[in-house]
Amino acid sequence: MSRFARQATSWVALGPMAVFVLVGYLGTMLWTLRISFSSSRTFPADDFVGLAQYIKLFNNDRWLLSLNNLALYGVLFIAATLLIGFLLAVLIDQKVRGEGVLRTIFLYPYAMSFVATGLVWQWMLNPEIGLQQAVRNAGFVDFSFDWITDQDRVMYTLVIATVWQASGLVMAIMLAGLRGIDEEIWKSARIDGIPAWRVYLSIVLPMLSPSLATAFVLLSTAVIKLFDAVVAMTQGGPGVASEVPTKFIMDHLFGRANIALASAASVVMLCTVLALVAPYFYARSRADRRKESA
Amino acid sequence: MRYRAGLVLLLSGILAAQAAPPPKAEVIHWWTAGGESDAVRSLMKAYQAAGGTWVDTAVALGEQARSVTLNRIVGGNPPTAAQFNTSRQFQELIEQNLLNNVDDVALRDGWDKFLPETVLNAIKVKGHYYAAPVNIHMPTWIWYSKAAFKKAGIASEPKSMDELFAALDKLKAAGLIPLAHGGQGWQDSIVFTATLANIGGKDLYLKIFRDHDKAAINSPAFKQVLLTYKRLKSYTDPGSPGRNWNDATALLITGKAGVQIMGDWAKGEFTFAKQSAGKDFGCIAGFGQAPYIIQGDVLVFPKTGNAEAVKAQKLLAAVTTAPTTQIEFNSRKGSIPIRADVDATKLDACSQQGVAIMKEKIRLVGNGEIFMTPDQNGAMMDILTAYWNTNVPVEKVQKDLAAALNN
Repeated sequence: MSRFARQATSWVALGPMAVFVLVGYLGTMLWTLRISFSSSRTFPADDFVGLAQYIKLFNNDRWLLSLNNLALYGVLFIAATLLIGFLLAVLIDQKVRGEGVLRTIFLYPYAMSFVATGLVWQWMLNPEIGLQQAVRNAGFVDFSFDWITDQDRVMYTLVIATVWQASGLVMAIMLAGLRGIDEEIWKSARIDGIPAWRVYLSIVLPMLSPSLATAFVLLSTAVIKLFDAVVAMTQGGPGVASEVPTKFIMDHLFGRANIALASAASVVMLCTVLALVAPYFYARSRADRRKESA
Repeated sequence: MRYRAGLVLLLSGILAAQAAPPPKAEVIHWWTAGGESDAVRSLMKAYQAAGGTWVDTAVALGEQARSVTLNRIVGGNPPTAAQFNTSRQFQELIEQNLLNNVDDVALRDGWDKFLPETVLNAIKVKGHYYAAPVNIHMPTWIWYSKAAFKKAGIASEPKSMDELFAALDKLKAAGLIPLAHGGQGWQDSIVFTATLANIGGKDLYLKIFRDHDKAAINSPAFKQVLLTYKRLKSYTDPGSPGRNWNDATALLITGKAGVQIMGDWAKGEFTFAKQSAGKDFGCIAGFGQAPYIIQGDVLVFPKTGNAEAVKAQKLLAAVTTAPTTQIEFNSRKGSIPIRADVDATKLDACSQQGVAIMKEKIRLVGNGEIFMTPDQNGAMMDILTAYWNTNVPVEKVQKDLAAALNN
């Protein structure tokens, strides 16, 4: 086959996908950007009001609180999930019996819809019918665990429930990485008499950095997308204490018939994601280039 | 043979021409709960009895159903009719010229004569009738459990806000949950609206909701309303945040709680538990001459040039508002009919009380949705629920409300 024909074939194969990306992703992004500069309410309007929607957005207490909540949630969720996921992977890597069963159990939460499991979490955390009441009935009458109805602690309940869900995924990624570590490294470390925890911390963990980076990116997108857990567990409450940006966008898009404000909020979220992810991709592309030139 | 076949064809052609296809109406609605779907079935039967074919498109949850309707209208495949609340939700549809009016039916049947002014104002824009009202709900009934009241030693029904607080204190002392409340934004708003109506009266109510009057929002009278609203919070139980409204009603049914402030759809829960108005539970529409708040559902008719569809829309508008349909529908739904000229004896005690108050026209006002855009309503709800749940100074709430309502 001539070079030209080969190229043409690959373009034909990639074409539909390229069109889909251009229209489906970039097109809708640009459309959202356009709407965010208009005064649209229920229907898209084609006027231009400058940054009015953005000013309104950043004067909105609920939006600012949502951003705060998301930042708090993001830091806690990513840190806890990475830590627990890694520990679970190390645990399973000890060649424990019933590894297959354990792996399945830890991965199961991730396979289930959070709309369903979130409801179960809501019941368990409910102070009147859940854990608190159960422990009190067991005789510890002073036991108190009512975070889900507590203004200042409700975000932690979301962290707990979603860490439970996502840790299995991190475990799977980390375990794959651990299995890729050369046995020789363990042998030589053993000869040198280095304790196992030290090997994990100083040798294995740095070698796992690609797995870590993958897990980090996946978890970051999960943070930005956080929606189903909030809807299933707290509906943003009590009050507005557990509101998050995605819920703000959804509420304004339909129920409150203000698609311009919702679009402005979406654009702000998109910029946040880009700001978070860009350094990572930049570093990776530099690393790739270095590898190529080496 | 050939002739005969031709004859059959000809005959069937004549028959088909004689029996024109019945007007087919696809209706999008969110009447999906037990009593609601029962009610919509009665509407369906009435429409079929009038010679139409009903195609049912039920979508659970109002917000969901409305976005389906909007998407189908924008996408060029509108339903024949769609449910909206008696509110400004469909105002933009009218402005964009996306709805058919039903002026023929409204003028023929004399809607101006029997519809309450509030409902009429919501559906009549620039002299045209753009929706057929279906029912009237009243969102701020005060329900109480007779069993709980007896246990707490409350002899008679509260007649004023002060007496209500006295009753709540007694319930608290008796170890019961005084106020069964579901801590969700919209339920907080209902409690607020009830407080505003009962303490502020019609004047202040309209100044806030309709006029968005800054002076009124900053007035001591409104401050008192906000403080009273917040005071009610102290009568709720720790399990209240996030609770669904029907779970709160269940607390009244089981006698664990004394009072709930909720719309008349709560009656469905009592009925379902085989409790009856006046015997097991009581209902208070408002104290003294407190305004009677009107909210409800309407059917709108998306624009279409198709003569068959227009015929179906007109038939639907006529059937929906007819007296017999009104009684059948509303006795099942727990709401009250849109017209006063119907036989109310088939309705329960609470609805009859509502029908009686509907005759005192001076007391009728629209709910927040009639006066405010969905966005303003939502912003107000955010502020009120934050105030209910946190220690925000009342002055900040007044300031925030003034800003949100004048946005």
